[in-house]
Amino acid sequence: MTTSRGTKIVLSIVAVVVFAFVYVPLVVVLINSFNSGETLSWPPEGFSLQWWQRAIDSEGVRNAIVTSIVLGLIATAIALVLGTLASLALSRFRFFGQDSVSLLIILPIALPGIVTGIALNNVFTSYLGGLTFLTLILGHATFTIVVVYNNALARLRRMGVNLEDASADLGAGPWTTFRLVTFPMMRSALVAGGVLAFGLSFDEIIVTTFTAGPGITTLPIWIYQNLFRPNQAPVVSVVAAALVLISILPIYIAQKLSSDDNRGAGIM
Amino acid sequence: MTESIAIRLRGLSRHFGDVVAVDRVDLDVVDGEFLTLLGPSGSGKTTVLRMIAGFERPDAGSIELAGVDVTQVPPYGRDVNTVFQDYALFPHMSVLENVEYGLRVKKVPKVERADRARAALDSVRLSGYEERSPSQLSGGQRQRVALARALVNRPKVLLLDEPLGALDLKLREQMQVELKEIQREVGITFVFVTHDQDEALTMSDRIAVFNNGRIEQLGTPTDVYEHPATAFVAGFVGTSNLLDPAAAQLVLGRSGTWSVRPEKILVHVGDAPVPDGHHRLNGTVREVVYVGMSTRFVVDLATGGSLMAVRQNTDASHDLSHLRGQTVCLSWDPQYEYQVADPT
Repeated sequence: MTTSRGTKIVLSIVAVVVFAFVYVPLVVVLINSFNSGETLSWPPEGFSLQWWQRAIDSEGVRNAIVTSIVLGLIATAIALVLGTLASLALSRFRFFGQDSVSLLIILPIALPGIVTGIALNNVFTSYLGGLTFLTLILGHATFTIVVVYNNALARLRRMGVNLEDASADLGAGPWTTFRLVTFPMMRSALVAGGVLAFGLSFDEIIVTTFTAGPGITTLPIWIYQNLFRPNQAPVVSVVAAALVLISILPIYIAQKLSSDDNRGAGIM
Repeated sequence: MTESIAIRLRGLSRHFGDVVAVDRVDLDVVDGEFLTLLGPSGSGKTTVLRMIAGFERPDAGSIELAGVDVTQVPPYGRDVNTVFQDYALFPHMSVLENVEYGLRVKKVPKVERADRARAALDSVRLSGYEERSPSQLSGGQRQRVALARALVNRPKVLLLDEPLGALDLKLREQMQVELKEIQREVGITFVFVTHDQDEALTMSDRIAVFNNGRIEQLGTPTDVYEHPATAFVAGFVGTSNLLDPAAAQLVLGRSGTWSVRPEKILVHVGDAPVPDGHHRLNGTVREVVYVGMSTRFVVDLATGGSLMAVRQNTDASHDLSHLRGQTVCLSWDPQYEYQVADPT
């Protein structure tokens, strides 16, 4: 395809504007976290690390981070186990109602979080004795399972059954085949799915609001509660800036893993 | 007969939805033989192989390996190994680990399995490639790794599913010879699936010709080629001239469907003498095709219909294209005409 000079210039401008729209606010947040002023004023009044120090010293921030990490890890672990099992069941076995089950697994990610949240809240408070940390974990598992399942299923479909047939042919029972062939072949897809699941859980706010037990504050909830308190705004900027820096890493890992796989695909 | 039977299939059937892939197949594979399942795609040959390996369950019938009924036994409980069409090497393992796999699963001690795997790689001339990844190998090398991975287990039966299909012609011919040699050396029963009739004729002790899920003919390469049992076999194995009952009555004075191989038909130009006792026919040359080793003639018969004849190019300087449009005489020894079962 050839493009004229004019078209190229217009496309370049559009691209720059779109990227600027997405990334300039992030840079502003980052700069603001070093702002020496008391409020989020622009331009910054001067350079200071005082807000970073305040954030690190804040018990609320520390507790929220620990809560979010523990929640994310458990929700991801549940997703890895159940998502992998579901993907194996749906790609390697034929059974009645297969298509419906597949739809039911994927549906939670398409449902508005508020619907999932209200529904779970009703069930938990009416029948399961109220909201706790456990109900929060279950709430998060509804959508983390989907991303692991989708990643694993795509890998299993692309892999086909030939390698597993070959393994069985060489004398390996189903469990040995899973351990030595299927799982190693799925591993990078599971890591990518797990990273994504953790990321989703880590910044989830709607389902969390409806399923978290009293007094449980995840990081997004803490940010939401503190954003509009006048003297906390710079601390929120610090937390947000730290999250940007931290979240780049897993996304980079996930992307690298999936591109490695694409290079290796189809050779065998 | 004291020969023992390596594989016995009885009434084996398998359908996929409404399609009958394999239709009541009976087959005995003799211990140590090289048996080829030959047929066009969709004829059921691969499904039969996959049922012997255990990847497909038959809808009806039974499979015995060395006298033991294994119809309900899963693949990992059967003493057969398979070389897959796409090789199915484990991409996350080295060449050596691939070959060791079967021994590792059977808990053979580490040292012994490494030794046996190296010996197997040596036998397929891949020493020095142990630490490579399968993705670093060429098609022919992968094929040999797949072979070593199967043979290292010393199975009673080796199943090969079009293993040469992905290789180019030269390599394929070379591998045909090698496979045959390996089979003679190890003395294992080979069941080989192919749609390539040359491959089947070159390598096999016996050939089972498949069509529409059934075996049309089972016999030695010579049997199948020289005495095809049905019109399908005559047409699929080599090229053949089929004379339908009307033409056979007219040309040969015989009833039924008859067939003559093109290389058995002699082409006589002008007054050249025709050997005694030959059937003879006059016709006009419609097409002359030079194919290197030989020349093919398509001759329209004076009595209607046409026959194909092939002549070896023993005289290199001879350009025969001037014969197009000329009247010639075709003849063949009646012992080379054979009756085939009518197409059903």
